[in-house]
Amino acid sequence: MFYREAGDFKTSYTDDNQTFPIKFDRYRYYVVLAIAFGVIPFLINDYWANAFLLPFLIYSIAAIGLNILTGYCGQVSLGTGGFMAVGAYACYKLMTSFPDVNIFFHVIAAGGVTAIVCTAFGLPSLRIKGFYLAVATLAAQFFLVWLFNKVSWFYNYSASGQINAPERFVFGVPVTGANTDAWATYLFCLVFLTISAIIARNLTRGMQGRKWMAIRDMDIAAEIIGVNPMRAKLSAFAVSGFFIGISGALFFAVYLGAVEVGEVFGIQKSFLVLFMIIIGGLGSIFGSFAGAAFLVLLPVVLKLIGVDFLGWPTDIVAHFNLVIVGALIIIFLIAEPHGIAQLWRVAKEKLRLWPFPH
Amino acid sequence: MKMKLPAMALSALMIASPVMADLVFPSLSYRTGPYAAGGIPFADGYADYFTMLNARDGGIGGVEARVLECETGYNTEKGVECYESTKGEGALVYQPLSTGITYQLIPKATADGIAIHSMGYGRTSAANGKVFSNVFNYPANYWNGASGAINYLMSQGDISGKKVALVYHNSAYGKEPIRTLEELSAKHGYDLTLIPVDHPGQEQKSQWLQIRREKPDYVIMYGWGVMNQVAVQEAANIRFNMENFIGIWWSGSENDVLPAGDKANGYKALTFHGVGDDFPVFDDIKEHVVDAGNAAGAGDQIGTVLYNRGLYAAMLAAEAVKTAQEIHGVADINAAQMRDGMEALEITEDKMAALGLPGFGPSFKVSCENHGGPGLVGMTQWDAAAKEWTLISDFSPSDMDLIQPLIDEDSMAYAAENKIEPSC
Repeated sequence: MFYREAGDFKTSYTDDNQTFPIKFDRYRYYVVLAIAFGVIPFLINDYWANAFLLPFLIYSIAAIGLNILTGYCGQVSLGTGGFMAVGAYACYKLMTSFPDVNIFFHVIAAGGVTAIVCTAFGLPSLRIKGFYLAVATLAAQFFLVWLFNKVSWFYNYSASGQINAPERFVFGVPVTGANTDAWATYLFCLVFLTISAIIARNLTRGMQGRKWMAIRDMDIAAEIIGVNPMRAKLSAFAVSGFFIGISGALFFAVYLGAVEVGEVFGIQKSFLVLFMIIIGGLGSIFGSFAGAAFLVLLPVVLKLIGVDFLGWPTDIVAHFNLVIVGALIIIFLIAEPHGIAQLWRVAKEKLRLWPFPH
Repeated sequence: MKMKLPAMALSALMIASPVMADLVFPSLSYRTGPYAAGGIPFADGYADYFTMLNARDGGIGGVEARVLECETGYNTEKGVECYESTKGEGALVYQPLSTGITYQLIPKATADGIAIHSMGYGRTSAANGKVFSNVFNYPANYWNGASGAINYLMSQGDISGKKVALVYHNSAYGKEPIRTLEELSAKHGYDLTLIPVDHPGQEQKSQWLQIRREKPDYVIMYGWGVMNQVAVQEAANIRFNMENFIGIWWSGSENDVLPAGDKANGYKALTFHGVGDDFPVFDDIKEHVVDAGNAAGAGDQIGTVLYNRGLYAAMLAAEAVKTAQEIHGVADINAAQMRDGMEALEITEDKMAALGLPGFGPSFKVSCENHGGPGLVGMTQWDAAAKEWTLISDFSPSDMDLIQPLIDEDSMAYAAENKIEPSC
């Protein structure tokens, strides 16, 4: 019934190769974009922006970044928090050093800086794999957090070691600092997420993505068929670092406004983003969105139900929150090891045949 | 389903009933996570004082006080969510009890016109009311604490040439006193050693090994949560003389010293309010809150150091409401009026005695220029046999000649960075 190719004729290779080849799917994508850009900005308020939408958008970018590295190229990374911190501190240094340049370019440049740092820490991946690589990236996590705490140049020698985002404008509208409107910050992050997702999607379904996946599936075989493992792995680290850096910059500048590296970009952040891509689905762009939505929305929704609706004490709800989220993660991994993205794929297959499955 | 239906009916009723006038005090508490041991008593004290006012006096100036609790887990992201979800309810003042969340909220709350009272924590230079119009940190701040500790040591003997080590939580909070201690070291001629401890501070073997090696004469600690008890235990393990070990007020509660048992005897901590439950107000709390079954949390924290601090914070907030009600002549005040009330707040001995808290804290007066109060700090000492803290000094002044220029410098740098025109 839905998602059928029947009657959807393609007359050129470009048409046949597009991201959403099925007409129904393509229209659904346009509708989502239209709602995200055209409807939500008019309905949004501070609470919705800061409690749900901004963290969802920003974590989605981080999850896309990590998914390219771990999901597509198979290099396990536990350094996401540290790399987000690189993005945040790079953005801060750029914002304060070049106040006249638009924040939009600072965020992109912060992504570029993180790509370089991430590639440097990706060098060990040429020699070590699997768990050992995870430990090497874990070292990156601790080293980077220590570095940003220790060297006061990174936080402009402020007494507290905190970095604060000064007010910056895009087209005369403030997007960082205290006087922002919810719709402006939302749109700013949404633009970055949309561009990142389109780039990531097209990279992963092109030649580069195929090289990454070949390395992931069996690196020796990939090398034999002519994939250069050094280039493939380091490019995955670079692209992944670029997206994670952008998310770190947005996390600091737009969402939080003030950041203390140990508290915000600690090891928990690395695990959180890793859980997002595992639950969402490794090797899937949609999975990055689904995982981010799941882990951002669930705690807030549980809190709303527990505290505001049922009137339970806040500490009981906070404890239940941990129990329920933990249980759901386990249930998900047992029931659907390939994540929410796989559920979505199965649902699409079913819908295709519905209502005549035989 | 049996459970769900009444709950649904109740919440439907709550939505349907008209909005009553009340004074909303959000409590961004943390009853979970690594800092819960400190967060629980503070939140209990804060809530119990308002419950007591509602039961005994029918609120403040005839208007009921409502404490809106939101769990942050000492996490800044959750703190932001809590702020956004509570500010729409007519929040009067925020007391986040976390330096990280305070930093986060300073620009946001200032833009929204809501006051923050970071009592003994947060950004020290917020004491300059010319720059930080909506942030208050009376009656004392971190730099007063650092100076108070040094003053106390000087009252015990000559400090020049002595070695002082600062063991600090490696975060914005712990780094606050460094500048002050460095300036004081230049002035009084002691050697300062900095020893950071990373969050959460459960592992401090190397730090205390360093202390054992360098043998400082005194150790000052800026710690919070589990870090405190580990440090006290480690100090006991290397047989460091507890008499020479001084914690800031966040490192001086029962939780911090009880695990070390008798070995913690003699450990000292700064404070800016009274200790123990030997005050008339506790009788009212027992009568109206505990016996009525309305105590917050488990109700087992009453009279502990951090409970008293929560109670003191609530008392200062309630007094600021009364001041605001007098200034503006309305009982149901809003956030802007609350801010005016805080800025005109005056606490005197008579006032505290009338509230059932005689001598509980220093007398002070807030002004438009000075949001930090006079910075009077006292010293408490732990008696392990009796299991109680005792105040061993008066609330005495700190070195404001040295601190005030530092406050001005840091706050003016903030003003320049954020393009704030100093007012007053």
